[in-house]
Amino acid sequence: MGADLPAMDLLPLVSALNADYARAIDDDRLEAWPGFFVEQCVYKITSADNYRQGFEAGVVYADSQGMLRDRVAALREANVYERQTYRHIVGLPAILGDADGAVRVETPFLVVRIMRDGTMDLFATGRYVDALVDQAGALRFRERIVVCDSNRFDTLLAIPL
Amino acid sequence: MTTPTAPRAWPEGTLTRVPYWVYQDEANYRAELRRIFEGPVWNYVCLDSDVLRPGDYRTTFVGEMPVIVVRGEDKVIHAFENRCAHRGALIALDDAGTVKRFQCVYHAWSYDLEGNLVGVAFEKGSHGRGGMPAGFCKAEHGPRKLRTATLCGLVFASLSAEAPPLEEYLGEEVRRRVARVLHKPVQVLGRFVQMLPNNWKLYVENVKDTYHASLLHTFFTTFRVTRLTQGGGVVVSPDGGHHVSATIDRADDREGAAYREQGLRADHDGYRLADPSLLDTVDEFGDGIKLQILTAFPNFVLQQIGNCLAVRQVLPKGAGAMELSWTYFGFADDTPAMRRRRLKQANLVGPAGYVSMEDGCVGGFVQRGVAAAADELAVVNMGGEGAESQDTRATETSVRGFWKAYRRYMGC
Repeated sequence: MGADLPAMDLLPLVSALNADYARAIDDDRLEAWPGFFVEQCVYKITSADNYRQGFEAGVVYADSQGMLRDRVAALREANVYERQTYRHIVGLPAILGDADGAVRVETPFLVVRIMRDGTMDLFATGRYVDALVDQAGALRFRERIVVCDSNRFDTLLAIPL
Repeated sequence: MTTPTAPRAWPEGTLTRVPYWVYQDEANYRAELRRIFEGPVWNYVCLDSDVLRPGDYRTTFVGEMPVIVVRGEDKVIHAFENRCAHRGALIALDDAGTVKRFQCVYHAWSYDLEGNLVGVAFEKGSHGRGGMPAGFCKAEHGPRKLRTATLCGLVFASLSAEAPPLEEYLGEEVRRRVARVLHKPVQVLGRFVQMLPNNWKLYVENVKDTYHASLLHTFFTTFRVTRLTQGGGVVVSPDGGHHVSATIDRADDREGAAYREQGLRADHDGYRLADPSLLDTVDEFGDGIKLQILTAFPNFVLQQIGNCLAVRQVLPKGAGAMELSWTYFGFADDTPAMRRRRLKQANLVGPAGYVSMEDGCVGGFVQRGVAAAADELAVVNMGGEGAESQDTRATETSVRGFWKAYRRYMGC
């Protein structure tokens, strides 16, 4: 029973982190997005098929916070795409325990994409497979693997999931 | 009430004009499936390593035809239509797997690894009643078989007996450029499918179009990975259908001048990566070629962008939609550092690619832009009127080559 207590304590903290993360993206405050990660981090968007088969490549792959900042800069400065926003609906996190000094968490998500002309599509569903660490009193992602349920991506994936 | 049918005409005597109905017309689309994808061409279907051992199979498409590609007991790769000879149901339902034989789930008709019908459930009936007529001959029934051919670990299939041998079909120059990249055993790093809201030809044209690359894709130009002013050129196969474009590192720095003179969006300074390891490429082929994009008519792309290697398969899904199936790969003997390099550079391509995310959209921009312009014409005039190889990339010669081949197959 006692072993379950830390997980109980973590649940509201992880939920709050996920809520802040989703709001930063959905409110187009992408510049805040890299700050949810520690400097030496991994962020990857892949599919359940690739994840299960152990294929390492991602649709997005970053192994430093700098690479996340670069992605935001590219979206703002270089890349050309139609105006669009996301609405993240993030489910309850499952706290799976500790490994390598981090807390393993898995959280389901659903993302609706809203295009400039008003078209709304169910763009992605999946789960965040996370490794969380304490950084100066705040939870941060050491690893966030975005495992999309489908292997098919519609047109483009510009904004991070 | 009937809608008058617009005349589906082509401007005569020129490859420099393309009518927009060719991206919209349903009847023309169905004719393409028959005359091109199911015609005397070679369609890329999978990697040789995807079907390594006898019984290993993958399912894919040739045009819209569902196809099974499988390694036979004889070690030869076979391909046949994924359609039961009985009632037409799919025979194989998974993307890939390993089997001793295939069995249709509907009525359990079974097939060997070469696509021959070998079993009919209750063929002799039950308790002496029912069953197939005595004259029913299994050998006379079966899904359509395709020819297969491999080149450097790539598997191609053709429904037509008239397609020339694969190496002859591609030609020496294109074959050589395939072999340049695929010179040792590959290892798959990931597979993704990108759904594109446009006719398949708009994507193929985009891949062949060296003119747009440095103008649309500002990520590359910003970091000076490629500009039209860098060295390089375009090889177009004699029949027009296949192409190779290459960018070569050139030391002299006139690059950028032409962009600045013309005030083009693709040139801006002052943007630097926080983590430049993304662009840490090594000259793994030892020839200074930074980028090589190769297409084989009608559905195949081989990509070397720095150290990011991938094959892309074009799958038409109706006149106004298609799927692009990406397979990222490295080599079986890659060092961990090279593997990591490839994973990072994969950020350049695919649906979230710094370089290719625009390619996923621009076809849709055309499809939507020409909605009311069926009989208007696109202008494909950069670099002249022909479809010959050129030593510049400020040209649309390989796009004209595509139309040269397309019109020959379509008889128009």
